[in-house]
Amino acid sequence: MIGDRRLATANIGVGVAAFGIATFMALMQALSRANLDLPWRSAKMYYLSVTGHGVMMALVFTTFFIMGMGVAFTTRALDRPLRLPRIAWAGFWTAVVGSLMALWAIFWGKATVLYTFYPPLQAHWAFYIGLTLLVVGSWLWSAAMLATYTAWRRENRGRPVPLAIHGLLATIIVWLIATVGVAAEMLLQLIPWSLGLTDTVDPLLARMLFWYFGHPLVYFWLIPAYVVWYTVLPKAAGGKLFSDPLARMVFALFILLSTPVGFHHQFMDPGIAAGWKALHTVTTAGILFPSLVTAFTIVASLEVAGRMRGATGLFDWIGKLPWGDPLVASVLLSMLLFAVGGFGGAINAAFGMNAVVHNTAWIQGHFHLTVGTATALTFMGTAYWLVPKLVGRELELGLLARVQPYLWFFGMLLFSIANHITGVMGMPRRVYDAAYGGSAVAAQWEGLTLVSAVGGILLFISASFFLLVMLGTVLAGKRAEQPAIEFAEPLDGPPARTGAFDRLWVWVVAAVVLVVIAYAYPLADHLGMERFGSPGFRPF
Amino acid sequence: MHVHLYERIWMWGAGAIVALFLGATGFAAVSQGRLPPSHVETVDPTTVWSDPRFAERGVTTNPDGSVVVTGIALMFAFQPNEIRVPVNRPVTFRFTSSDVVHGFQIVGTNGNTMIVPGYVSQFTTVFDTPGEYLVVCNEYCGLGHHGMYATLIVEPAP
Repeated sequence: MIGDRRLATANIGVGVAAFGIATFMALMQALSRANLDLPWRSAKMYYLSVTGHGVMMALVFTTFFIMGMGVAFTTRALDRPLRLPRIAWAGFWTAVVGSLMALWAIFWGKATVLYTFYPPLQAHWAFYIGLTLLVVGSWLWSAAMLATYTAWRRENRGRPVPLAIHGLLATIIVWLIATVGVAAEMLLQLIPWSLGLTDTVDPLLARMLFWYFGHPLVYFWLIPAYVVWYTVLPKAAGGKLFSDPLARMVFALFILLSTPVGFHHQFMDPGIAAGWKALHTVTTAGILFPSLVTAFTIVASLEVAGRMRGATGLFDWIGKLPWGDPLVASVLLSMLLFAVGGFGGAINAAFGMNAVVHNTAWIQGHFHLTVGTATALTFMGTAYWLVPKLVGRELELGLLARVQPYLWFFGMLLFSIANHITGVMGMPRRVYDAAYGGSAVAAQWEGLTLVSAVGGILLFISASFFLLVMLGTVLAGKRAEQPAIEFAEPLDGPPARTGAFDRLWVWVVAAVVLVVIAYAYPLADHLGMERFGSPGFRPF
Repeated sequence: MHVHLYERIWMWGAGAIVALFLGATGFAAVSQGRLPPSHVETVDPTTVWSDPRFAERGVTTNPDGSVVVTGIALMFAFQPNEIRVPVNRPVTFRFTSSDVVHGFQIVGTNGNTMIVPGYVSQFTTVFDTPGEYLVVCNEYCGLGHHGMYATLIVEPAP
């Protein structure tokens, strides 16, 4: 078990380190967007930074953190050591080597292609192979996790798996289905092309494969956060989980609906018929449902917690919650912002309305509420609670940990609201300089880009607090026996029997069928038409 | 499976919200024709400059008064970079790329499309307000991305 704790700590450590570096780049970008005259400012630096920030936050930080959290939760909830620990360590090192390769290419200016790496922008092969290795590493981790679960299952036939593991299994299943798309893009298109083995690629096929992966990637980030909301938060807030079976339904629905939705990222693409985009709109709307159910269950669980802490009135349970606890505050605030982000997402996914916001600053405003807060702030809160248990030390610099979530919340409010508004006003995302030759329309964005920069500064301070607390805890925290990881009890007691939502194979099969319906025909149709490839370009 | 009454009500409400969103989207799509640009047509990106469909770029007027704007997006400009179209007439934009992926966004309107090399982006719209509009590339296309823009002038009816 000590070895497992070390593996979890190593994964979370790499994730937090990536988060730390990406944080500095974020500050630089926020200030640059406000057109402040800074000495280091250049277009090359800005776009390189956007690439580095995106890759490190969205791919490296999240993947490593989820791998670490997965190991810690699985071994604890199933109360058994990790199976195939060597495979899991091999996965860790593969992912580390892959991430370093990709970052080498980025920092040496050979891969300024952003984290979406749309061809025919062509990065150095080390970028593509590195990211592929990161995914391969996560597959090895998945194998160890599934092996551990299978071993438990053999000894516990007919018993429902603990809810936290149910959620983590959903995470892994979504990830395994999703990564097929990006693996195909890398292995069949980008790697041979960047090595000079092929001359051209079809950029639209690459986009279809990327977004086949790109949206379930979002749920790969989100489901582990939901696992914390369902299985850790109620306990930390002093209460119980309101409903265990509905939580299982939510995770099963994520398995079903996460993947056949990718075309909603390609509404504005040529070459894909409107009917297929409409089909993906329907499945995308469907995936709102499990999140709406989550909102009820979590708020109800919080009410239970407030009442167990002595609340009696209609709303005073809100005030009774431990808002000063770093984990609880992080999760509560991340949920508040996620509610806003969720409705923004419904607008993005609304077929016709997407044209108003597509590729505008609205989009970065949106996903900083979802992955940038619902996931990232929840993970930070989780780290305050989990890391002391992993390293056997007390949380150091507790005051900073208590202030940090609030700084993130207010920083993100400023950043996100400003970007949503400038987006609707038409400011594109990811531009170094939004002056457009002194255009009068573009001049109207200026005040708001400054608000966004102020938000960025607050976020940077908040992230620095988080990093200081982490460093302080790991290096200087007082060595002390920490309470074990414990998960929330359901209000009605643990479920006695397995139900429909525990039969994950059924949901996997249904998900694959839905993926085939959503993708097989449009892909076959696409491959069947006369297409022309593109040679690579490196305008960076 | 035991489901609390309030939970049941909430789930019906959640279902209703999803249905409402889809209904509104479907209504706009079917009755008002608000579809995303989804034209399917391919072109060889290495020969676009001489391709008969794109060899002549600019604005042409059809006998019925509707207008077609033909153009190429390239690093880091639109060709043509000044577009003049009439107010209250159907305007069809036809663009492709000679190099990487670009975007075509008419700021302040819902005119927005990706321009992917190898494919022809096409959408039709009507401008009801004369004036000068900023057109920007909204997909990162290299270090000159932020300098890639054009002007669209909607001219009042004579």
